[in-house]
Amino acid sequence: MTQHAEPAVTSPPAPGLKDTDGRSAERSMIVRLLARPDVGVFLGAVAVYVFFLIAAPPVRDASSMANILYQSSTLGIVTVPVALLMIGGEFDLSAGVGVITSALTASMTAYQLSMNVWVGVIAALIASLAIGFFNGWMVVKTGLPSFLVTLGSFLILQGVNLAVTKLVTGNVATDDISTMDGFDQAKKVFASSFDIGGVQVKITVFWWLLFAAIATWVLLRTKYGNWIFAVGGNRESARAVGVPVAFTKISLFMLVGVGAWFVGMHQLFSFNTVQSGEGVGIELIYISGAVIGGCLLTGGAGSAIGPVFGAFMFGMVQQGIVYAGWNPDWFKAFLGVMLLGAVLINLWVQRTATRR
Amino acid sequence: MTTNETGTHGAVLADRAPEKDSPVVELRNAGKAYGNIRALHGVSLTVHPGQVTCVLGDNGAGKSTLIKIISGLHQHTEGEFLVDGEPVRFSTPREALDKGIATVYQDLAVVPLMPVWRNFFLGSEMTKGPWPLRRLDIERMKKTADHELREMGIVLDDLEQPIGTLSGGQRQCVAIARAVYFGARVLILDEPTAALGVKQSGVVLKYVAAARDRGLGVIFITHNPHHAYMVGDHFSVLRLGTMELSAERSQITLEELTNHMAGGAELAALKHELSQVRGVDVEELPEEADLTAPVAVTKEAAS
Ligand SMILES: Nc1ncnc2c1ncn2[C@@H]1O[C@H](COP(=O)(O)OP(=O)(O)O)[C@@H](O)[C@H]1O
Ligand SMILES: [Mg+2]
Repeated sequence: MTQHAEPAVTSPPAPGLKDTDGRSAERSMIVRLLARPDVGVFLGAVAVYVFFLIAAPPVRDASSMANILYQSSTLGIVTVPVALLMIGGEFDLSAGVGVITSALTASMTAYQLSMNVWVGVIAALIASLAIGFFNGWMVVKTGLPSFLVTLGSFLILQGVNLAVTKLVTGNVATDDISTMDGFDQAKKVFASSFDIGGVQVKITVFWWLLFAAIATWVLLRTKYGNWIFAVGGNRESARAVGVPVAFTKISLFMLVGVGAWFVGMHQLFSFNTVQSGEGVGIELIYISGAVIGGCLLTGGAGSAIGPVFGAFMFGMVQQGIVYAGWNPDWFKAFLGVMLLGAVLINLWVQRTATRR
Repeated sequence: MTTNETGTHGAVLADRAPEKDSPVVELRNAGKAYGNIRALHGVSLTVHPGQVTCVLGDNGAGKSTLIKIISGLHQHTEGEFLVDGEPVRFSTPREALDKGIATVYQDLAVVPLMPVWRNFFLGSEMTKGPWPLRRLDIERMKKTADHELREMGIVLDDLEQPIGTLSGGQRQCVAIARAVYFGARVLILDEPTAALGVKQSGVVLKYVAAARDRGLGVIFITHNPHHAYMVGDHFSVLRLGTMELSAERSQITLEELTNHMAGGAELAALKHELSQVRGVDVEELPEEADLTAPVAVTKEAAS
């Protein structure tokens, strides 16, 4: 009894500075590598790709791959800013209908005013930025969870999309704008295709990869990126050391607005008209893509490159099922399984990182 | 704010000497109410360069509220708050930081998942390059963080590890080193030893002394009179939001301080109770406590 108590008083074997270092060095390279959020999803994407290469022979075609990448890019362009927002500790449930709001704004502004379509494009950008600002401002000022605030704006936008379109055009879709001034030029920017070795590749694929590359650079190499991790990881600590929390959060919501605007413009200039009831449910795909891409649902960890693989997995599964000749109804089930798998890995990473 | 390595730091060291005696931070009858809860009332406190001012008190005494006023997280609702003799009222922690008042919070103000070096520079990052390409000067930040930490006697193998993987004591020390580096003139520590073991507390107290010796005014919040007495120059005891005691080190012994902390009458009752229950040699209590942490007393009782 006394023998046990004695050392505890004189000199408790509390870990000194050196001891702790020795231990952390022992953590193996493999564990560290796997703890990187983007490595896990990369392996997942490779697995899904190989699976469909075997299960669905048409996938081996270059044109099928171009199609898969196109599908992925229309999701991925919004998933990238949604991922940044998630790293910053917030959600945006209004991003899916926000895409449609943006497209409707551009289309109706240009058509009703009989102006160059670029006027509509700018108006749509302003509208998307305003929606993002509203979401961010509400979240920062009220302290309400962004889940609630953006659920509100999701419902508002869904209703406004339908009602205003009906009011202005008397229809559920907007009028065809393909003959208006500036249309061809805008289509080049948002919805053209490139010929690469005889395969048509949509321009959105390049935009998607470019945006992801810029986001990665911003996240890891700039002050703003540092702030994104900080406001998501521990908002109060960030504020206490002088990080502009409100600015960071509001601007992240506005970036999601920019992503939604871009995809909205792509849809408008691909299809010439916009269906006002679309976009519902897509917001959850964006969020799933970010989570599968290794972004921590609670904020503070993640990457911009992981969600690229996340979006690719979605595009791959969506098209792969079709190429394999299976019932497309399986798509959502696949998504669910991938999402749960990714969440479990995230959980493990978080525990590894905070364990002493 | 971002790119200068020596600016604030050097400037502060240069012009501190002539005003050695005047307080950097002073509270005069300051108070704070949260709605109709009066958390703090009539508190006066001075902080001098190169001295440690200890604020003691039980849980809920208002210690955290007091330092939140000084660090700019809350605003006082009565009395005066002066920095360098000028009345101030901070609305953000940034303003306090700009005046050289740095705080190491109870919850440490670190972002656990972020690497040590990113935490060290968070909010005051070093950058290079012109605007559209302005980026973090990662190499310089890592080198500086490593150097500054070594300067304070903290050696880490890997500055890339998340700060959440460090021990509580190490995290405290990183936070202190950070405040010292960013040219703090006043360092506020909110219960830095509360969650730590005996040895780790000793390490943190050593860095408190190191910061003091560098000429910083330190406000050291604790509810442990032993820790306070090891480094303190001035002691203020809070009780239910008011100042119960304010004394220089020369005016008070550890035993008296402990008595004030526990409330003399309560301690007497506690002594009585202990002698009834366990047959502890109660006369020995304060002396034992003088030398070692309270743990030692329990051991004495157990054997
Ligand atoms: N944000 C707040 N809102 C309302 N009451 C608070 C708030 N913060 C602290 N208090 C109250 O103020 C009193 C002092 O708290 P605090 O300063 O945290 O004490 P200590 O740090 O000494 O334990 C407590 O009664 C506490 O309940
Ligand atoms: Mg407290």
